[in-house]
Amino acid sequence: MITAKSRGRQLLLQGNEAIVEGALAAGCRFFAGYPITPATEISEVMSYRLPAAGGTFIQMEDEIASLGAVIGASLAGTKAMTATSGPGFSLMQENLGFACVAEVPCVIVDVMRGGPSTGLPTNVSQGDVMQARWGTHGDHPIIVMAVSTTQDCFDITVKAFNFSEKYRTPVIILSDEVVAHTREKIFLPHPGEIEVLDRIRPNTPPEWYIPYEDNPRGVPPMGIFGDGYRYHVTGLLHDVRGFPTQRPDEIIPFMSRLFRKVNQHFYDIQVVEEESTEDAEVIVIAYGSVSRSARRAIREARKRGTKAGLVQLMTLWPFPRQILEPLLRRVRAVLVPELNMGQVSREVKRINQGATRIETLNRIDGNLITPNEILVRLVKL
Amino acid sequence: MAEFTKLIHKYLRHDKKFPHVWCPGCGNGIFLGALIRAIDRTGFEKDQIVIVSGIGCSGRISVYVDFNTLHTTHGRALTFATGIKLANPKLQVIVIMGDGDATAIGGNHFIHAARRNLNITAIVVNNSIYGMTGGQYSPTTPYGATATTALYGNIEHAFSIAELAAMAGASMVARGTVYHANLLDELIEKAIVKRGFAVVEVISHCHTQYGRRNRMGGAVDMLRWQKESAVKIDKAQTMTAEELTGKFTIGVLEDRDLPVYTHEYNKIRDAAKAMLAKAG
Ligand SMILES: Cc1ncc(C[n+]2csc(CCOP(=O)(O)OP(=O)(O)O)c2C)c(N)n1
Ligand code: SF4
Repeated sequence: MITAKSRGRQLLLQGNEAIVEGALAAGCRFFAGYPITPATEISEVMSYRLPAAGGTFIQMEDEIASLGAVIGASLAGTKAMTATSGPGFSLMQENLGFACVAEVPCVIVDVMRGGPSTGLPTNVSQGDVMQARWGTHGDHPIIVMAVSTTQDCFDITVKAFNFSEKYRTPVIILSDEVVAHTREKIFLPHPGEIEVLDRIRPNTPPEWYIPYEDNPRGVPPMGIFGDGYRYHVTGLLHDVRGFPTQRPDEIIPFMSRLFRKVNQHFYDIQVVEEESTEDAEVIVIAYGSVSRSARRAIREARKRGTKAGLVQLMTLWPFPRQILEPLLRRVRAVLVPELNMGQVSREVKRINQGATRIETLNRIDGNLITPNEILVRLVKL
Repeated sequence: MAEFTKLIHKYLRHDKKFPHVWCPGCGNGIFLGALIRAIDRTGFEKDQIVIVSGIGCSGRISVYVDFNTLHTTHGRALTFATGIKLANPKLQVIVIMGDGDATAIGGNHFIHAARRNLNITAIVVNNSIYGMTGGQYSPTTPYGATATTALYGNIEHAFSIAELAAMAGASMVARGTVYHANLLDELIEKAIVKRGFAVVEVISHCHTQYGRRNRMGGAVDMLRWQKESAVKIDKAQTMTAEELTGKFTIGVLEDRDLPVYTHEYNKIRDAAKAMLAKAG
């Protein structure tokens, strides 16, 4: 994470604008998208920032095409991103699976709005947590991050690009209508102070290159179209050379590696921010805009004598169980407030295994959960 | 070594576990031959070429050829190709699709790609049917023909792919058949070197799924049908509408110079940089 000391320029930005800044700082030079509220500003800002940076913006005919173009650009060696909201995110699911299986780095921003269907286009929601996890068909690992402030939008977008390059996987950023449109102070670090990672490229002679060969990291070096490593990229399950296979002795190692490369690096990927958890008797587990309310609520609760703490999840998937489990064993009760009928709370209950009491606070009317709503529940836990 | 054997050695993958997936006698094999002959004539290096294919029998071509190859999702090949070309305009991007792939599930991408006019070659292998999934009717299945999902006869009307591409704004449009193999070599070569979006509709046959069910016979009979139904475009211009019923034209149907997307985009970059410099 970027520390306060190293912070450079101070600006007033909305979340959507900060995502663009983060992407550009991370080296993103390609964006393809289709307009949708509340994500449209990301496209708009990209359309005038990218060409000036020598990059490319294109408005595609739909979200399916947008993610297709993003994957193509990444295969040709350019860091690429798209941004959408629920309806568009649904359309992206097939190509998202392709990016998982073909191991193509890319970043997808989903600025969540009320659903299902066209739903509540201009209202906040957190209804896509499970769609981000399981929206594409078939078993697959995925990295999903959540943002809660304009500063997060910048920092987490940089991180999302780094994860996608490092682990050769699509990374999804879940933002929401409140974060997207709230204008607030942000510190943009000096470019030299931002950690930017690039995919590892092969350095063997092309005739020795085996594009999907396993290694301890589980992430094979990635050849780029045009750089001399001619190989085959496909959404069919493939052998180490990239060719379609139906042989169990080739499928099992491939699928195992796909999961292993994400799961074995959980300590790197799982990012949470804790506040006052050391001595907490009750904790709130929150993410996205709701964690802003939760932060206020636990501070207020402490003033009133309740030892409350907050765990804000920046990484939603893979679910940070290694970090949460010890906490769950220590506290008297947990509150999981979210803008859906209980998507993350379900996961908390699953890992809790009866260790503590889990309570939920859900809202699906297009409005944010207020600090007071959380506070009222907290002091009664 | 025979000339074509040399090409096979040069352009087909040796580390791929052949045999291929196609039925004996399928038009895809003839098209594959035309493709590598045409690419060879253009003189491009193998590293410069990217073959992007959709899903279907024809889409399997990408597995067998020794270029940068990408086998995408059904109907979306052109969208991936768009990203590749924009990220690296020096690459020669050739997209191979089936008729269902390009004009049903991918129909919207097809017309928009033509309208945008990137320097991409789009080849549609039109066998009038969904081959890979076992013979369901496609947007190019003729009215009245039968398919596994049209046992009582197809009541939909076929797209004419080449004309559709021309109307949508492609820079070059050609139609050939796998029977007229020499002409096909030429058309594909022309389309690859053409600056702008160039479409080649390749009339092919699927005797397994279409021919058998529509009493058109085997592969040879269907090739004969192509020979008898195709009319060279210059000859067609001298024929009456009546004489042309039941026939289709082959050759270069459209060839025009239109602004190419990547070229236009460079202007946008210059304008953006100038504006930024002015803003300080
Ligand atoms: C989203 C999606 N829908 C359906 C399919 C199943 N499918 C695979 S190939 C194909 C049709 C292919 O027909 P065509 O494009 O005409 O190519 P051909 O096999 O005839 O060469 C279909 C429907 C799929 N792979 N993906
Ligand atoms: S099903 Fe038809 S298109 Fe597919 S390989 Fe067989 S003959 Fe060719």
